[in-house]
Amino acid sequence: MTCKEFLALLDDMIDDTVTAETRNELRVHLERCPHCKVTFDTTRKTIEIYRSHEIFELPEDLRERLHSAIMTRCMKGF
Amino acid sequence: MAIIEQVVGKLEQHPDVALVEKVRDGDVLAYDALVRKYERQVFRIAQHITQNREDAEDAMQDAFLKAYQKLDQFQGNSKFSTWLVRIAVNESLMRLRKRRTGKMVSIDEDITTEEGSVPRDLADWSPNPEQNYNQAELAEILRKTIQGLPEGFRIVFVLRDVEGLSTEETAETLGLSVPAVKSRLLRGRLQLRERLSRYFHGKNVLREAGGGK
Repeated sequence: MTCKEFLALLDDMIDDTVTAETRNELRVHLERCPHCKVTFDTTRKTIEIYRSHEIFELPEDLRERLHSAIMTRCMKGF
Repeated sequence: MAIIEQVVGKLEQHPDVALVEKVRDGDVLAYDALVRKYERQVFRIAQHITQNREDAEDAMQDAFLKAYQKLDQFQGNSKFSTWLVRIAVNESLMRLRKRRTGKMVSIDEDITTEEGSVPRDLADWSPNPEQNYNQAELAEILRKTIQGLPEGFRIVFVLRDVEGLSTEETAETLGLSVPAVKSRLLRGRLQLRERLSRYFHGKNVLREAGGGK
């Protein structure tokens, strides 16, 4: 497996949607290629960091204000 | 017995659908529960797309009002949340277009970057690199980094990886094909990774000799 072939399957490997056979081939490539190993590990970490950190929080006072505005208009029937 | 349980399980209604039916029957308070459940998610998506607080507030309000008005059109073929997210994405894109008058914003525009190119920045990251920053610093880094991504990549990444929609749901929401979503997701993930490397790299840098194999 070449690096390009590995890269084409990177997402499937991260999302775990590959067959056991392909996963094995990808693992063999990873063991031999430090470049792809870094790409794989850090891409997976990138996703994990974005998933676990709220970067656009909705402050409680703003949430209340927007919520009330929405419900008031719904109740009035616009 | 197990088969009966499976059948009954399949027939069980999603709680959102029950709420939608109540709203259709005139129970406005049932809509209150739906708004409460999804307002944070809708705001987050709107903020990611518009990159502007004021626009995100407007897009969020309009998305919920539009969903309320159009509730009769909700077929139940897809999940209520996917249907709502689609409305929120459209409202947000509309705000973005208004703000950038003259410059078209299209989710299906062709993004010209080399497909499948092997990443060049190969600095490995230190273990748990996010721990080198406090919460506010980290949030700022993550915001700045994702805001630099091309629109088409950013929105796919947000829906698929941050909001957890499936590839098919993301494609349906954005009116894109599944292969287009997959291609954007890969390129978006790789670009984000490369941009974050500026902040997260450790001491080990792999020297690349003449590109990937």
